[in-house]
Amino acid sequence: MFELLGITPQGLVAQLLVGLINGSFYAMLSLGLAIIFGLLNIINFSHGAQYMLGAFAAWIGATQLGAWIGNPEFSIGYWPALVLSPLLIGASGIVIERTMLRRLYHLDPLYGLLLTFGLALVIEGMFRHWYGISGENYEVPESLTGAFRLEGIGLALPKYRLWVVAASLAVCFASWVFIERTKLGAYLRAGTENPALLQAFGVNVPLLITAAYGYGVALAAFAGVLAAPIFQVSPLMGSNLIIVVFAVVVIGGMGSIMGSIVTGIGLGLIEGLTKVFYAQASDVVVFVIMAIVLLLRPAGLFGRET
Amino acid sequence: MPEAHAPGTEYLRVTDLHAFYGEAHILHGMDFVVNRGECVSLLGRNGAGRTTTLRAILGLTGRRSGSIMLNGREAIGMASHRIARLGVGYCPEERGIYASLSAEENLLLPPVVASGGMSLEALYAMFPNLAERRASQGSRLSGGEQQMLAIARVLRTGARLLLLDEITEGLAPVIVEKLGEVIRRLREADYTIVLVEQNFRFAMPLADRHYVVERGRVAEVVGKGEVEGRMEMLHEYLGV
Ligand SMILES: Nc1ncnc2c1ncn2[C@@H]1O[C@H](COP(=O)(O)OP(=O)(O)O)[C@@H](O)[C@H]1O
Ligand SMILES: [Mg+2]
Repeated sequence: MFELLGITPQGLVAQLLVGLINGSFYAMLSLGLAIIFGLLNIINFSHGAQYMLGAFAAWIGATQLGAWIGNPEFSIGYWPALVLSPLLIGASGIVIERTMLRRLYHLDPLYGLLLTFGLALVIEGMFRHWYGISGENYEVPESLTGAFRLEGIGLALPKYRLWVVAASLAVCFASWVFIERTKLGAYLRAGTENPALLQAFGVNVPLLITAAYGYGVALAAFAGVLAAPIFQVSPLMGSNLIIVVFAVVVIGGMGSIMGSIVTGIGLGLIEGLTKVFYAQASDVVVFVIMAIVLLLRPAGLFGRET
Repeated sequence: MPEAHAPGTEYLRVTDLHAFYGEAHILHGMDFVVNRGECVSLLGRNGAGRTTTLRAILGLTGRRSGSIMLNGREAIGMASHRIARLGVGYCPEERGIYASLSAEENLLLPPVVASGGMSLEALYAMFPNLAERRASQGSRLSGGEQQMLAIARVLRTGARLLLLDEITEGLAPVIVEKLGEVIRRLREADYTIVLVEQNFRFAMPLADRHYVVERGRVAEVVGKGEVEGRMEMLHEYLGV
């Protein structure tokens, strides 16, 4: 049957893996967007730039930092970068929230959107100025080079890509458990629904909002580090990806945690399958689905209709 | 510490309280006092400004001025979460049950602000219905259950001053009766209570003093013993 359609099982599995990887990035990024939207009520348009910053922080740590501090031997490897880059970029997000976003909460959410959009342009512009758009290579960490071979069907699964899928699923699942099962997670859900009352109960909601923004941004940076060895580290890597992620968020339903994870993975897989069966449509399939969902269920698949 | 105050000490004193929503000037100099262990009611027609008074005490309105002395501390300039931590429990008019949280998560949500709050077991003993519904989503509870939950939720935190807004609104007579019983038990347990009510007959036997609110200020004060003699005036103000 496969032969009839001109499709090989190897091609199918390979595209499914590509879809799963893309879906992992969609899931991590839209999860962060959902958390941020829930508490800040703004769509974080600098999310793509912060994902790019995460990748760049890892690349700079590995290749540039040594020269900057006058010790060419010094470099920060992949594993430390996987922790340090999200911490650093998350902290920069906290500064942005405290110094800028905070001033806009009493205004229409559109202002927050414009501010974050402007920030994205500024950040990407600076990196384009410094590093150009050609893109930099980031080495796969030594422990994850090579591939698992499935001799039966003559297929090689690169170890690094499997790691990316596993790591992002783990992070998404852990975030979900945290939000659904812990006290702080209950504050987060309550703050999404009615923050004023939550604060009147004695919860420091402004601090909760700062933490949520920091976490969402750190998640984007984490995705950026995971992406660095797969895609080129370039100033535009975020803006290419984020457009699809916004479509994912719209499809899943603004602000739904589980919705953003499931939709992210699902759409990655659908994209992969489309590449196999009708490659010409693979770039637009997500947007076609978005249009259909908006027509049939404007609040998104997992969103609450109001 | 509440223990430091002898009975009869004032617990909440609101003086010349003005509050705004945006440009709308809603409270025009509210004045009232609640002593420790007392229950007072704020009566008035719809739109008189009673809900706004409670919200202003908690810092939930826009700009406000005047003075709110809470247990010896000036709260007018504080953020809401600090005010709550002075020992204030709030039951909002719309009940404020979180739809995305289960009944028990709602119950456990408000942080403990002082020692001496009721335990989960004691609360479930007081409101047996809630025990049965503990796993239900907040959105699935009946109106009566939501109201019980909204009250139970603030009794866990150790707050000694309860601001209760229209707790009988829209509830069946049996549930109203049950709520009256709960208020009586809370009074015996020395809670200090501000009862905003539309239902004068509910408030009458419970409160030590009634403040009649009209257009954002206190128009009349009626002591418990004076109610009979001033019925006509009350009818006029409340339109009952
Ligand atoms: N969020 C708000 N924005 C503007 N005006 C409000 C708001 N909430 C209440 N008001 C107005 O404030 C006045 C007092 O309302 P409220 O305090 O709810 O009265 P009560 O609780 O005594 O029925 C009303 O005229 C109402 O229209
Ligand atoms: Mg009211």
